[in-house]
Amino acid sequence: MNGLKDAGHLFRFAGLFVVAFLVFLLVRGYVVPKTFGQYGHYRGAAIGEIAQHPVKFAGHQTCEGCHSDIADTKTKGAHAHVNCEACHGALFERLPAPAQPKGNLYERFVALIVPPAPPDAPLLLHADDPATVTPVKPDTLVLCARCHTASAAKPKGFPQVDPAVHMGGVPCETCHNPHSPAMGSDAAASPATGGAK
Amino acid sequence: MNGVVGFMYPNEYALQWSILIVLYPFITGLVAGAFILASLERVFRVEAVKPTYRLALLTALAFLLDAPLPLQLHLGHPERSPEMYFTPHATSAMAMFGYVYLWYLMAVLVFEIWLDYRRDIVILSQQSKGLLRVIYKIMTLGSNNISERSLRIDDKVGWIVTLIGIPSAFLLHGYVGFIFGSIKANPWWSSPLMPVVFIFSAMVSGVAAVMLLYMVTTRLRKLAIDMRCVDTIAMYLFYIFIIDFSLEMLDLIHRIYEADESFRSLDFMVHTRLLIPHIVIQICLGTLTPLVLLFLTQVVHFPEAVRKRLYVLSGCLALIGIFAMRWNVVIGGQLFSKSFLGYTTYKMEMVSREGLLVAIGLTILPLFFLWALVKLLPPWPEKSLHQVAAGD
Amino acid sequence: MNISRRHLLILLPAAAVAWKYVEAGTPEASPNYQMSEHWWGMLINIPKCIGCGNCVRACATENDVPDGNFRTWVERYHVTDTNLTTPEVISPDGGKEGFPVAQEDAGKYFFVPKMCNHCADSPCTQVCPVGATFISPDGVVLIDQTYCLGCGYCVQACPYGCRYLHPTKHVADKCTLCYHRITKGLTTACCEACPTGARQLADLKNPNDPIHEFLKTHPVQVLKPQMATGAKAYYYGLDGSVR
Repeated sequence: MNGLKDAGHLFRFAGLFVVAFLVFLLVRGYVVPKTFGQYGHYRGAAIGEIAQHPVKFAGHQTCEGCHSDIADTKTKGAHAHVNCEACHGALFERLPAPAQPKGNLYERFVALIVPPAPPDAPLLLHADDPATVTPVKPDTLVLCARCHTASAAKPKGFPQVDPAVHMGGVPCETCHNPHSPAMGSDAAASPATGGAK
Repeated sequence: MNGVVGFMYPNEYALQWSILIVLYPFITGLVAGAFILASLERVFRVEAVKPTYRLALLTALAFLLDAPLPLQLHLGHPERSPEMYFTPHATSAMAMFGYVYLWYLMAVLVFEIWLDYRRDIVILSQQSKGLLRVIYKIMTLGSNNISERSLRIDDKVGWIVTLIGIPSAFLLHGYVGFIFGSIKANPWWSSPLMPVVFIFSAMVSGVAAVMLLYMVTTRLRKLAIDMRCVDTIAMYLFYIFIIDFSLEMLDLIHRIYEADESFRSLDFMVHTRLLIPHIVIQICLGTLTPLVLLFLTQVVHFPEAVRKRLYVLSGCLALIGIFAMRWNVVIGGQLFSKSFLGYTTYKMEMVSREGLLVAIGLTILPLFFLWALVKLLPPWPEKSLHQVAAGD
Repeated sequence: MNISRRHLLILLPAAAVAWKYVEAGTPEASPNYQMSEHWWGMLINIPKCIGCGNCVRACATENDVPDGNFRTWVERYHVTDTNLTTPEVISPDGGKEGFPVAQEDAGKYFFVPKMCNHCADSPCTQVCPVGATFISPDGVVLIDQTYCLGCGYCVQACPYGCRYLHPTKHVADKCTLCYHRITKGLTTACCEACPTGARQLADLKNPNDPIHEFLKTHPVQVLKPQMATGAKAYYYGLDGSVR
């Protein structure tokens, strides 16, 4: 009995550990995200959140839904497998970001240590609102040169020209229809106009 | 292109781990080394080093309190660091950090210091006044039992804690080495020897640091340095240093002889960007020089004054050498491309969160911690408890 | 044969239904997109790549990749016939604006598009201390950026240099294999923008994916196979000098 009494202070120290451990368990139960461990050692809901990121490249099938005339021209030519957005890019506009609600006390404290990243601006896609988001016609002198400028580094079978020798500053679409580039093809007579039906 | 030579993967230009990550293994190394020195007296009954026992424990605690700070400052989101405790990832070497740290801090160091100082604390709690009295009262945990029997129990438990503490100190620092040694993507790090090299270099730096601290504090208190104690520490420092150096050379020779796919790239790096920090500072200045000096003190009978100076010099050089070793591991491991075709440069910032000033501050900070701890819990053996009890 | 297009025409109506669930943040509840039915990878056809940089630009646009970092990039190799193991490699700004014109000389040139390999035994997810990066049940290596500490350990662990710390978000960032697109039946932004079909999304679990015809009949290789990462970016026509 005396032995236990003289070791009493050790139990007090151990008691500190037990209390700390219980507090830890309590806090842990509160702060660990609910979906953590759903599929593995991570927050399951993160998958859904990542899948929600906005799409900017609409995909050629979306374009073809309206621009079926261009799609028809394309399928006949050498650019049949070049998707629309490879040349036209993703057609979207960034809308002004809505005002961020002021964070709670904790969030404002964290912002002092780690400056928060600016919020993502909402997007408006050409595919959603073709009247507002209007495409800019690409400059063929720049656009075509990206792929077709001759270089020893490019695969030998790939069609390539020296821009200075080949056309001397004349825009490519004067002779070639970008949607079906072979010269003399009937499409070349009506240069790329595009436009939704 | 901003310090890049040859080809690097475009995401590799900037280094991810800065001088703060150099500091972290350096500081935990001091903790582990200081604790091992303390355990020499406690477990292995090396009576000669007794004057440094309490100082070594307080040094370990002071540096351990500082150790997580460089990590916190380095994190992109320090506020999320408790996740390490809440959802530690079993396959990550780094996830252990939180638990190893807490275990070592609370279950080993704080517990051992508390056991060792309990009698002092109880006496001080009765003698001091004001705020100090409250602090000491809290530290007694409400138990004033300092009977002969309870102190004997404390001593026994303390011995067991130290015994557990030695592998814990190895664990604390060995795992830091494992964090680097287990990265197969980086040939400069990837080596099973890494944890062992880290442990022995930690012991070198910790023992050297306590030796220096003992000599400096004794000088400051205008007392005579216990030469038997310092001689013994220097002897241990010499032997540990030999093991450490042999391991590092073994690693180096193995790499040179095996000459795997990364060898040319690493060899080039050691001959150019790492020439000064690795060959000159780490190996020549920080390892070979102190080794030779310590060797001389072992075989030649120098007078006391010369020995003291040699110990101070070799202790300082050893600390510089070990810091250079951490630098070469952490920074060196990020200077070459994982394509083995190019090299980048580390541009140290000055005043930013990961800059040089912060690093210097974090190196000095543990000395303030130590000063506060020494004030609170005087480690000097000659100021015995009986004097304290008698009202000094 | 337009592989991606045919593929997508099959998937499109299904994707519309799946979208509802994806939007609700519960793609796993979608009857049309079952994570367990997919195992995503990528096929990269080196002889088809012309180094135009379309993929790099498209990726940067689609995913708001910060300047100076890359989720995908293109390297140009130049290997001379007298020194086959030490290539001369360039990747100016990740190949975003293409490459300088090269002259014929004693050697071969080729382009190597790089991206996250979505390794099945990925070293980056292994080392994450908190479980902020993971392999999704459909085989995509993702990052939970609301949970990441920004410690940078995963960046160190990736043998391919595919990860970086986002300069303003202060968390790890990398290719998601356009997870927000492939779960809706679209292909990735880089594949969509590639003019030559040098990159193709591959669903290794879906036997109807035309990619299987190619994989059955062509030799493919992964990058740094000695790393045993289970990389799922398969390269056709990969030269031994590529690192």
